[in-house]
This record gives sequence, C-alpha cells and structure tokens, in this order.
Amino acid sequence: MVNVIKPGMFSTVQDKGREGLQSYGIPQSGSMDSFSSDLGNRILGNAIDTAVLEITMVGPVLEFESPTFICITGADLSASVQNMNIPMNTVIPIKSNDILSFGALKSGLRAYIAVLGGFKTEKAYDSRSMYKNLTKAIKLSKNDTLEISNETLFSDSKLIVHSVQEIQNELIATKGPEYSMLNSNQKNFIISHDFTVSNNYNRMAVQLTDLLENNLDSIITSAVLPGTVQLTPNGTLIILMRDCQTTGGYPRILQLEERAINSVAQLKKDSKLSFNLKI
Amino acid sequence: MNKKLVVNYFQFSSKSILINWDNSINNHILFDVLSFMQAIKLSDKSILEVRNTYCSLLVTYTSTIDNIYSEINSLNLIYLHKKKYNISEKKIWKIPVCYNEYFGKDLVNISKNIKLNVEEIIKLHNENTYTVCFLGFLPGFLYLSNLNKKLYFPRKSDPDLNIIKGSVGIGGSQTGVYPSNSPGGWNIIGNSPIDFIGGDFNDKISFATPGDLIKFIPISQDDHKHILNNLGSYKIDSEVFNG
Repeated sequence: MVNVIKPGMFSTVQDKGREGLQSYGIPQSGSMDSFSSDLGNRILGNAIDTAVLEITMVGPVLEFESPTFICITGADLSASVQNMNIPMNTVIPIKSNDILSFGALKSGLRAYIAVLGGFKTEKAYDSRSMYKNLTKAIKLSKNDTLEISNETLFSDSKLIVHSVQEIQNELIATKGPEYSMLNSNQKNFIISHDFTVSNNYNRMAVQLTDLLENNLDSIITSAVLPGTVQLTPNGTLIILMRDCQTTGGYPRILQLEERAINSVAQLKKDSKLSFNLKI
Repeated sequence: MNKKLVVNYFQFSSKSILINWDNSINNHILFDVLSFMQAIKLSDKSILEVRNTYCSLLVTYTSTIDNIYSEINSLNLIYLHKKKYNISEKKIWKIPVCYNEYFGKDLVNISKNIKLNVEEIIKLHNENTYTVCFLGFLPGFLYLSNLNKKLYFPRKSDPDLNIIKGSVGIGGSQTGVYPSNSPGGWNIIGNSPIDFIGGDFNDKISFATPGDLIKFIPISQDDHKHILNNLGSYKIDSEVFNG
C-alpha cells in the first residue's frame, strides 16, 4: 500500500489509456508524456502498459508501507526519499515506511513515478487512467491509499540510461485535414512564428496565446486525435492532448508527431514553441 | 436518383487514415459511410478501430502505416466492392424523457423566441424518429439527425458550467442527451433518467450503434423518478426497424 500524505497539485494514475474505444466517445487518455512513462516501466522491467503516477508541477508526498522499487522519469521535480535526493531514470529501492517527496521544479512539467508491478487502482474499460465519469477517482486526494503490487523481487534488467529524450520546442507536425483551407499568409505565419503557451493548458488541450488572423468557418463535426492542432474562429490555436474529446468542429490544421506530443506535455505557461511542418 | 458519391483519403497520423465524403449531413452519405465502415471491419486488415462521423471515417491501424498509397488502394477496393447499407437490421430505441420546465430550464426561453408554445415544442421533439449518426463529445453521447427545422435554436454563447446528466438539449440543428454532468451550450428541454454509458447493455459499452434509430417517449416526473430509483432493473425498450 502507498499512503497519500499530500496529493500534490494534480496527480493521476495513468497507463496506456483506452485505445480503440473512441467510437463510443471515450477519450484515449494515458500518460501525457508517454516516452517518459514508458521509460520508467522499462527501467523497472515492468510491462509497458503498467500503471504509473503522473504528477504535475508540485509533487505529492507518499508513504510506502512495504519494500519495493521505484523509478522517477520525466520532469525534474527534485525527488527525495527520506529527505535524501534521489537520481532520476534509475532503479531506487524503497524500504518499509519510506517517504517519497518532491521539491522545486527544475525542468519540464510532468514527472512519472513507476513502481515495480504497478499501481493497482480501479480499472474502467480495461484501463486505470483516471478520467471523469469513467473512474470514481479523477485525481489523488489526501489520505488515499493506493494498492501496489506486492512483488519485491526485482528482475535486474541492467538497463542503463545514458541520456533521455530532450524536450523539443520545435514540434514536428504533418498537415492536418483542413491545412489546405489556409491562405499563404496563414501558412507562413504557422511555420515562422514562435508561439507561446497560454495559462490554459491541461490534460485535454494546450492553448497558445498568439492569434492567427482567421476567417475559416467551423467544419462539420469530425474526428480529432491527441496531437491535432485546431484553429478556432477567433484565431486561437489549440493543441489537443491525451484526454481530448473524440470529435471536434474546428478546422484541424496540423497533426503533431508522437514525440512532439510528448514534448508539449512538458511545456508550461509562457514556454515558446514553433512548428516544423514535414511535407 | 442520388448522385454518385466521391470519397477521398488523407493520412491523418502515422497510424490513421481519414476518409472524407462531401461536407453535408444526410442519410444518403451517412449510410454510405456506415456500409464502408462495416466492410472495413469485416476485412482482414490489422485495424485497431474504425469510427465514423456524419461524412467521414477514421481508420486507425495497430501499427505505423508503411506504404500509404498501397493502403489507400486497398481501402478503395473495399469501398468499390462493399455491400449496400442494410437498414432492416437496425433497432429503434425508445428513450423515456420527462419534458417540463423543472428539467427543461430553457423551454420558456425557446418558446418565446421561436413562437411556439411549450406543448408544441415537446410534441415536435418527440414525434420525430432520429438517426444515431455516431458517438462523440462525451462518453456515450449520441449525435442524432432529423430534428424538426422549426426547433432549430442557436447554442448559448456563454455555455452553462454544469448541465446535469440526462439533460435533453437543442443546439443549432442538433439535438441530443448529455450522458453525464458536463459544461455545455445547448438549450435544455427535458431529462432522461436512463444511463447512456456504464449501464447494463449486454457487455456493450453503449446500447446504440451508428445507424440505429431513437424515439423519445414522454414520461411524467413521477415515472422519471421511478425509473431513476430502479435503474438497475430498467431495460430500454426497443424494436427492430422494418423499413
């Protein structure tokens, strides 16, 4: 068991989410930065779809009741065990009653806590990813207890991480279905402008502050994906993220590659970004 | 005679292809979309999911698409050889709705604006049979077509922060039921007590599939309360459509 002493700013259990259920209006969900989340599981020798904790900006304080192994990946939130700093991207042994806590945010936005065997919280439609109206809990709360696997035998995977994927501010994208509706000024603006992340960013979408002059109408509701960049009637660009709705009515002008989505997951308010359009 | 339909293919992501028809909402296109979807599902392709909207299909593969041109050719062969859409296997679902000013917070406002009294609005809303075009927006939300034109009413410019589960609303030319509490901009005319997701639907996630039909059945507030209190044993009434 893991006791939640403090929940942190916004901490959720995530796995690979609910692929293949979008035809029911169910969002895909899953770890915002899937690269970092997968890395933690790989380092521990867990299956890739093992549930981890995604923590945002301010980390939780967690007490482990029994010995296990953990791994912290993604953003650097100055993790420590029993007030001793611990390194990221490596296996950390945990003893009974150890306290895991976090400090200053040094880089990125979201970190992942992987635990040997994974967090065993409630499943909905075959995934533990927390989502409103699907799982009972939508984020960690104070005094929650999280069941974890009671495995204590670590399969020494000898995986050594020399470097991790850096957060990119230049996002690789392909044309979206409505890209061709843009005029040449709009197209030039999109590939040449440095955009800024607004204070409106969450697991559903990241909104950018810079407005694009726009006269495009809405479209007939059609499919959208995580990584779809929409253009609203007032000229705002919205990057859809893992918890996005399955359909939308704004023109879909770009589609981010998977690695770019992972990078956006680590960008906070006022971060700069640009689009590198792959033809 | 319906005009010949044209489809075009667009690689949307590394794993998915978007298929577009002409931008319009009608059953001629919808049934062509649905028969293509059925044919793709029956093919031997390694597909994670095929999902439709009014006039598009999104085909998502289990792995990255290697050769987009050969994949498009292969999909187009399926399109050319698909069967015509068979409506006779479809179901009509009877959805109980309590229409009144208690649940329908916006009935009076709509009535003032479209110059129909509340009773006429309710009658026009429940006398039509709606087609389930697809699911989206929220888990279990059904996009329906065939709203009576007299009931078209614009969305609110300031969305309500909390529309309660089961609310039946009108947004522009669309109507539908909120399957869960949600912010939303539609004008609410009533409430259905039943579950649209998470209910007992014989292991299916939603009772309805695209192409099914929906009929709203007016119920009293007492009946609404009774159904809500006995949801565990409530079975949605349905019949097979013989069109």
